[in-house]
Amino acid sequence: MQPNPAIIAPLFIASLVLFAASLYRRFRLVRLGQPEERFDRLGARFRAMLVYAFGQKRVLRKPFGFNHLVIFWSFIILLLANLEFMVSGIFPALSLARLPASIYGPLLTCFDIASLLALAAALIAMIRRCIFPPYPEGRTFEAYFILTLIALHMAAFFGIHATEIALGRATVDAWMPASSSLAQLLGNQREPLLESIASGCWWLHAVVLILFINLLVPYTKHLHIITSILNCFLRRFELPNSQPWEEFAAGRSYGAAAVDQLTWKDLFDSFACTKCGQCQNVCPAGITGKPLNPRQVIYDIKLNLQRNGAALQQGGAAAVPLIGSAGAGSVAEDAIWACTTCGACMETCPVFIEQMPKLIKMRRHLVQMEAKFPEELLNLFENMEQRSNPWGIAPSERSKWHSILEVQPFEAGKTEYLFYVGCAGAFDSRSKQVTLAVATILNAAGISWGILGKEERCCGDSLRRLGNEYVFDRMAQENVKLFQEKGVTKVITQCPHCFSTLQNDYRQYGLELEVIHHSQLIDELLQSGRLKLKQQVTDLGRLVYHDPCYLGRHNSVYTAPRQVIATATGSAPLEMERHHNNSFCCGAGGGRMWLEEFLGTRINLTRVREALAEKPDTVCVSCPYCMTMLEDGLKDEQAGQVRVRDVAEVVAEGLR
Amino acid sequence: MLIVACIKQVPDTTQVQIDPVTNTLVREGIPFIMNPFDTHALEECLKLKDRFGCRVAAISMGPPNAEATMRKALSLGADEAILLSDRAFGGADTLATSKVLATAIAKLAEQDEIALVICGKQTIDGDTAQVGPGIATRLGYSQLTLVDRIEELDMQGRRIRVRRKLEGRHEIVEAPLPALLTVVREINRPRYAKVPMRLMAGTAEIQLWNNQILQLDATTIGLKGSPTWVSRIFSPERTTGEMLGDGINDPVGAAGLLVDKLLEKELLAL
Repeated sequence: MQPNPAIIAPLFIASLVLFAASLYRRFRLVRLGQPEERFDRLGARFRAMLVYAFGQKRVLRKPFGFNHLVIFWSFIILLLANLEFMVSGIFPALSLARLPASIYGPLLTCFDIASLLALAAALIAMIRRCIFPPYPEGRTFEAYFILTLIALHMAAFFGIHATEIALGRATVDAWMPASSSLAQLLGNQREPLLESIASGCWWLHAVVLILFINLLVPYTKHLHIITSILNCFLRRFELPNSQPWEEFAAGRSYGAAAVDQLTWKDLFDSFACTKCGQCQNVCPAGITGKPLNPRQVIYDIKLNLQRNGAALQQGGAAAVPLIGSAGAGSVAEDAIWACTTCGACMETCPVFIEQMPKLIKMRRHLVQMEAKFPEELLNLFENMEQRSNPWGIAPSERSKWHSILEVQPFEAGKTEYLFYVGCAGAFDSRSKQVTLAVATILNAAGISWGILGKEERCCGDSLRRLGNEYVFDRMAQENVKLFQEKGVTKVITQCPHCFSTLQNDYRQYGLELEVIHHSQLIDELLQSGRLKLKQQVTDLGRLVYHDPCYLGRHNSVYTAPRQVIATATGSAPLEMERHHNNSFCCGAGGGRMWLEEFLGTRINLTRVREALAEKPDTVCVSCPYCMTMLEDGLKDEQAGQVRVRDVAEVVAEGLR
Repeated sequence: MLIVACIKQVPDTTQVQIDPVTNTLVREGIPFIMNPFDTHALEECLKLKDRFGCRVAAISMGPPNAEATMRKALSLGADEAILLSDRAFGGADTLATSKVLATAIAKLAEQDEIALVICGKQTIDGDTAQVGPGIATRLGYSQLTLVDRIEELDMQGRRIRVRRKLEGRHEIVEAPLPALLTVVREINRPRYAKVPMRLMAGTAEIQLWNNQILQLDATTIGLKGSPTWVSRIFSPERTTGEMLGDGINDPVGAAGLLVDKLLEKELLAL
């Protein structure tokens, strides 16, 4: 049945050589990127690959994930079958049929069942994509073409084996239940017809296989069958709560305005993406109609790399700009500025693509190399640099929040904790109430704490997420020096942004602090009995908790605030539809707090509506930005009767 | 062709307090900034540089620590920065200051033809708005104050037409070059320095000109050459007015009190 090896061998060999060459060309493009360490912690990397690629752990989070798991494992099993198909096509002697029947038989069963499952799964996937596409633009020719070829490949497999059985040529037909059933249907056909079906299916199988390795894998999103497995190996282990350190020296350039200014891992990510669209389905910017689609950003990087690759490899300049409105292959500035750095895209990506940090690299270029940014930011940048707070309020006002309370200055040896109040806590009139609540709680629990007062400076979080790394760097250095001089080791923060910056970003400056968010400390104090409430807080009604991105997703603090609420009110808070690691941003992260939301609808309104669906009397937060965004949103939704309270305020209520 | 931006380093006045005993500004620990109006003057010069390719010199009279502000001017795009610094210049009023600045600008004019000198309309520490006009008068340049738009600049024809922002009206004025402009904030939005420029400015040379270079009669500059002196600075005390309610904890209640008060005084009618 097999065609003459003299015809087949050159075809298959050429196809395999071409396959290797096109993969090599792809990976050579990746090498255009800047260096980045991704080969440390090999044990953990292999584990990640096993769990997330072969175990499909993140894929299985979604309803259709199981369907993908079936296709994935069928492909793994059929890899052997297809390898044999090609090898025996070239060297007919090298066939698995030569194995003893006790091994060959079960192998055939595996191939048979895997093919049947893959066929079913491919058909289900096609129907699913028709009826419920993974995202509205998901009904692409590319996707259906790939699924059709998978289905055809499986159909051809059955055609080959069923005719073989029907013709009585199979040695171990009992081992192939699916093919045998099909053979029975073909049993009455005349031999010449069966012969032509057999050879037709063989050629179909061969052609589809060649299309797979020479077209689909190297040139479509189907490349992910190789790259996304590797991407799980190359994953980032740290939560996305920091940004890479940048060195400032004459003659350097900053950020990324061309693909070769991204790292090789950034470029590799673009080849690992299979456009599943999960990132775009969780992106607060995209959902609210802003021109940011994380999936598209990754795809544009890939297109850009392909279009500019040859020129860049020869030391030339990129023809298609990475940043701009040039269309395919370029990321629009509005998209770059729309990101709230909430990290939902990275949390959901089944194969650990890192969308958000790439946008920050592009922001770094825009701010630092071109001084090009939304005009609202000019004031912010000047205020941060001159007065070390976002509003440009005189630093001497920093200690005004405690005019009605006696507060110690921080002194190493005399006070245990530094209470790093933060800009919002010191200047924003609503957040000042939270600061007072935290101070009251600390005093009630007998904590030894002090503040930096007028000497406190902004942590610089917004600057770093907005790409103004140069000014962030200077502020971070000043803060680190101040903390070291003062002998600060333990810090309490009431803002997740200060919390994350002091804990994670300052580590790059050699400062290892024990930073504790107020919700964690209060939780500890309540659990240990050091803080005793005078009364249960009963007047807050139905209470729903909102996870701040920089506390939850970026630092995995989920239970402490919930436990605090449960202890103070006697019942656990209600959950919104999206919570914990799937929580939805308030819209103020990534420096968006200081930007107008001109495009699309408002992110905070989306979140407030989600909260209102739980019919709450109180929305509980643990971040000053979330406080502002949700309070504003509730006012806009005419739901002013619903209060927003910080966890500290809830607890302080119980101390009255 | 040269355009000169006159800039001044001033204390960040939002952070300045007055010593109640001595009635002087408490300047200790107060950061210095480029006078906000001057940032617009410099920006206008830089815009003209972008348009005509002329050179921009930033010039300032001040103590040696004003170097930081000169570096900022360089980081934004000024081609050279000249700091006029000498003990003999210290304690100057606007008359003596404009004399030193005018002399320095005249010296610059010996090297290169000057088209324009642009100043901020006033400084936020002195608030006199006199230095710009003083320089124009001494140099015999056309004097165009309170400019909020350059309507037309004809370098060949050596004419400029500007719009002045006056109270309740605009005035369009045409004058021959060289001219001195003082500008208001509305004229432009200052740019932000790019990082490579900042790094360059950090090590660039600031030209220091003292009186040996300017050769001015010591009795006509500095404290000695200043006929005006400040006898007292004070914050006027609030003698009337009151706080109504608690706007932070009960904004609705406080607003109610305010409305009642306004109705009572018949400042508001139903």
